[in-house]
Amino acid sequence: MIEERFDAIVVGAGMAGNAAALTMAKRGMKVLQLERGEYPGSKNVQGAILYADMMEKLVPEFREEAPLERHLIEQRFWMMDDRSHVGMHYRSDDFNEERPNRYTIIRAQFDKWFSSKVREAGVTLLCETTVTELVRGERERIVGVRTDRRDGEIHADVVVLAEGVNGLLGTRAGLRARPRPDNVALAVKEMHFLPRETIEARFNLRGDEGVVIEAAGTISRGMTGMGFIYANKECISLGIGCLVADFQRTSQTPYGLLDQFKRHPSVAPLIAGSEVKEYSAHLIPEGGYKSIPQLYGEGWVVVGDAAQLNNAVHREGSNLAMTSGRIAAEAIGLVKSRGEPVSAANLSIYKKMLDDSFVIKDLKKYKDLPPLMHTQSQNFFLTYPQLISKAMQNFVRVDGTPKAEKEKATLKSFVRARSWTGLFGDACRFARAWR
Amino acid sequence: MNVESLVRVEDKLYYNRYLVDIGHPHVKVRAHTTPSPQLLALLKACPARCYELNDDGQVEITVDGCIECGTCRVIAEPTGDIEWSHPRGGYGVQFKFG
Ligand SMILES: Cc1cc2nc3c(=O)[nH]c(=O)nc-3n(C[C@H](O)[C@H](O)[C@H](O)COP(=O)(O)OP(=O)(O)OC[C@H]3O[C@@H](n4cnc5c(N)ncnc54)[C@H](O)[C@@H]3O)c2cc1C
Repeated sequence: MIEERFDAIVVGAGMAGNAAALTMAKRGMKVLQLERGEYPGSKNVQGAILYADMMEKLVPEFREEAPLERHLIEQRFWMMDDRSHVGMHYRSDDFNEERPNRYTIIRAQFDKWFSSKVREAGVTLLCETTVTELVRGERERIVGVRTDRRDGEIHADVVVLAEGVNGLLGTRAGLRARPRPDNVALAVKEMHFLPRETIEARFNLRGDEGVVIEAAGTISRGMTGMGFIYANKECISLGIGCLVADFQRTSQTPYGLLDQFKRHPSVAPLIAGSEVKEYSAHLIPEGGYKSIPQLYGEGWVVVGDAAQLNNAVHREGSNLAMTSGRIAAEAIGLVKSRGEPVSAANLSIYKKMLDDSFVIKDLKKYKDLPPLMHTQSQNFFLTYPQLISKAMQNFVRVDGTPKAEKEKATLKSFVRARSWTGLFGDACRFARAWR
Repeated sequence: MNVESLVRVEDKLYYNRYLVDIGHPHVKVRAHTTPSPQLLALLKACPARCYELNDDGQVEITVDGCIECGTCRVIAEPTGDIEWSHPRGGYGVQFKFG
């Protein structure tokens, strides 16, 4: 056993773990952080959009120091069928501001930098160390961790579980259930390298301006899923993810979907001639509010993806991870500064603080959306995209058919596919879940 | 020809960097005679195609190309078909970009 005692042990050096470790160290606590990767970021996968507001609260000077790719001035939503896409694009010069709101990043590189700030603040980081077990003391209290290093037991007043979506330690210790196939999506991703001028020309960008494309439709073959294409400086992140339960049910392969997405006539020209340098995969929490587990207990808290804190509608995860990590650390700081024990009763303040933040408020707002999307995936990801594409084609193609007849045909195609009650029901269900 | 048969996953994995922990596989398949539906699902769902059917019709795993996503655990750990852990510290896939 390592004799040295710590105020806190943080498991994981991802977004949540780094935020928690940094916040505690800044408050003068003695913190040990354990990461199983060779370096922080070597196991982590993200799109990746970084949300500046939440990052600024942790490292105000990050814009000058962090490895950022492009600041986003444009967002495209594509609804796709096999040969077309219907798009909604929002681009604004307002986003060319002094303190841009969103950036693309490359996670392995970003995490390495973030971790350097954490260590500067005084945190002891041990990489290449897998935590294998939580150690319990009197009255079932968590008193430390066991690792795969020799003499690998280490004790602390509190353990912050920032172990990511798989959350193996928490499951093994009976603190929460294993993620269910209908509560997590599997995303596969590739990094496509191109000269920066080529990327800027293809995406209509100047300098460090950036754009992201979120895509849904027949690309997921009726499964609940989304594709994404994010412009970095000299590469394009491209990927697609669907619910694990849907992969299991349909026997589709993730790499088959990815390759079909890459070959789509709207996508292929964007990546033509690129050199692929990495293929990765990762799970994403998709269960939303209803899947959030117990967040604290005797001597422990859970933060980030391990707590399923992910907003699938807005594709926000890293910011919820950072914010929950920071808030948990502030809560621990509060308890310790009062000289009180880090008990479940005292740690309940973490949940109260999180409930008052955008994290839980946003997840609560969309609490009914994941189940709706999951049970209606055929309609939302196959039928409607096909109908809308047909409607658009009918609208723009000039072939001598009177416009009134065209509109009638479009309406008929919707009613034939979903019936009046179906259409009305879908609209109501969607509106209710969105509200 | 369908898309799947055109995609060579091995070529994709070739882009990645790994430190293989020889002799210590972090995922194991429980011995079986006939594979469960959950095990069979892994043949398709695993993004690194680590799971394969052997000549006797049993599901086998080779973890060398594993990208540590956890999909197989979500599908096949509840039934006891597989044992799933993280690789030992420092081993496994090493993403340069992520
Ligand atoms: C394809 C994809 C695209 C995404 N796009 C976006 C996006 O654009 N914007 C956004 O905000 N979010 C996005 N997300 C979500 C975002 O990546 C996550 O919400 C975020 O990374 C969660 O941070 P975390 O710290 O909780 O977990 P992670 O970043 O996964 O960190 C967990 C860390 O713990 C370590 N660890 C785990 N177990 C152990 C153990 N037993 N011992 C030691 N170390 C351990 C891991 O190695 C890892 O470093 C995306 C996710 C994916 C998969």
